[in-house]
Amino acid sequence: MKRVYLDNSATSKVDDEVLDAMLPFFTGKYGNPSSLYALGRESREAIEVARQQVASAIGASPAEIIFTSGGTEADNIAIVGSALAGKKKGNHIITSSIEHPAVLETCRYLEKEGFKVTYLPVTPEGIVRVDELAAAITKETILITVMQVNNEIGSIQPIAEIGRIAKEKGIRFHTDAVQAMGKVRVNVNDLGVDLLSLSGHKIHGPKGVGALYLRKGTPVRSLVHGGGHERGIRSGTENVPGIAGMGKACEVMTRDFERNVAHMTRLRDRLMDGLLKIEHSRLNGPRGAQRSPNNVNVSYSFVEGESMVLLLDMAGIEVSTGSACSSTKLEPSHVLLSCGLPAEEAHGSLRMTNSKYSTEEEIDYVIETLPGIVARLREMSPLYRRPA
Amino acid sequence: MYSPKVMQNFSNPQNVGEIPDADGVGTVGNPVCGDLMTIYIKVKDDRLEDVKFKTFGCGAAIATSSMITQMAKGKTIEEALKITRNDVASELEGLPPQKMHCSNLAADALKAAIDDYRKRLPDRTGPAEKK
Ligand SMILES: Cc1ncc(COP(=O)(O)O)c(C=O)c1O
Repeated sequence: MKRVYLDNSATSKVDDEVLDAMLPFFTGKYGNPSSLYALGRESREAIEVARQQVASAIGASPAEIIFTSGGTEADNIAIVGSALAGKKKGNHIITSSIEHPAVLETCRYLEKEGFKVTYLPVTPEGIVRVDELAAAITKETILITVMQVNNEIGSIQPIAEIGRIAKEKGIRFHTDAVQAMGKVRVNVNDLGVDLLSLSGHKIHGPKGVGALYLRKGTPVRSLVHGGGHERGIRSGTENVPGIAGMGKACEVMTRDFERNVAHMTRLRDRLMDGLLKIEHSRLNGPRGAQRSPNNVNVSYSFVEGESMVLLLDMAGIEVSTGSACSSTKLEPSHVLLSCGLPAEEAHGSLRMTNSKYSTEEEIDYVIETLPGIVARLREMSPLYRRPA
Repeated sequence: MYSPKVMQNFSNPQNVGEIPDADGVGTVGNPVCGDLMTIYIKVKDDRLEDVKFKTFGCGAAIATSSMITQMAKGKTIEEALKITRNDVASELEGLPPQKMHCSNLAADALKAAIDDYRKRLPDRTGPAEKK
């Protein structure tokens, strides 16, 4: 059976070029980068090459890049590390209500530790209002953290505008750019951020590796203590193959950016048009330039998302949903609820995220397959009344 | 995540539909929570002659609905009332832990349908006791 993978915001296939860059560090080149002899120096060299590749991809300098175990750890260091470093100045943090759990739960943790957190609401399309953000700033505010691209609905946030406000007020600014990389331009100076989180596996790199950009002169407290690796900010023997892969993934991403964005945008719009032809459907998130080129998120009334995901899987189509049933929580997606969607519509949502590897044929197969699945579940649903 | 039995009942559910002249109808759940289940029963000589369902919900919600209709069909009212949530889950060869309470509503829906049936009887025997 053919398999159509449309869950690239969950994770993505490792690029062949990336895999080739990683393999030597599993086999012959296994040295510890801290060792002085040749085998160790080779590993060190690989890390520094990768640091340069990551830095170039976001307009930073290599000394500003810290490798981490992923996007989650980068977010944790950025937020907790900043809060601990800044707590003499104040105890207030501003974030949005649609952040990834790596940010939201970290903020909740800090609340338990005595910090105050403002969770900004968003527009119905899932975009933070800059004036509301500005109004939330107090004398105590030490950190603003707002994601660049939302992982569920693909809404692109006004990061550069927020960056200007943060700079003007002298407040540290972090963005989670995990879903932005490869989809929109990420440049730390254009965005005006002090810290920025990245993850390898969303950009056709390996899982379990990420990076934190830390603008020169931005002190953070370290959370993982030990041998002083990564400038003492993230101790632990470096994940050399992972880091080499992360670097290569950034290089490939930057090289092919224009072409891939055009490709993904075309497929996104084709899929969106097709899926919205089904009756009683609605698009979640914005349209056009305010939306990530790879994201489609649609709700179907009267049906539940997990059922759709299971039936799509049986047809070889792999996607995700914002329904509670897809997780261990009882609440549907906090992002969709924050956009003002009624809970039952949030339960009926599907997220489909394409990649550079997706094809028009795959998109058309989904457009052909989904109507039958929705109809079948609606026939079963007590909420649905067939038009007489 | 789901047992083969659950997947079988989900992908090929039995007794889907409404019974227009049902003797009892029971609805439980709430679409806000992602699960809503309606069970229809047709009773003859104190036996469940026909049982059908309509469900909005996840794979487990649909599978448990399909399963309970099969378990209840042909049973007497008394026997049908003895079917518990756990019986439905074990008949399905188990449910994931997080689905045990939120989506395992079929036994409750059947009881609600039987309550409704009893309420409609001329000589009211009162609501079925809750298990
Ligand atoms: C916006 C966002 N931030 C952070 C993460 C976490 O990244 P990682 O899986 O590398 O820890 C993800 C991935 O799910 C994400 O989408």
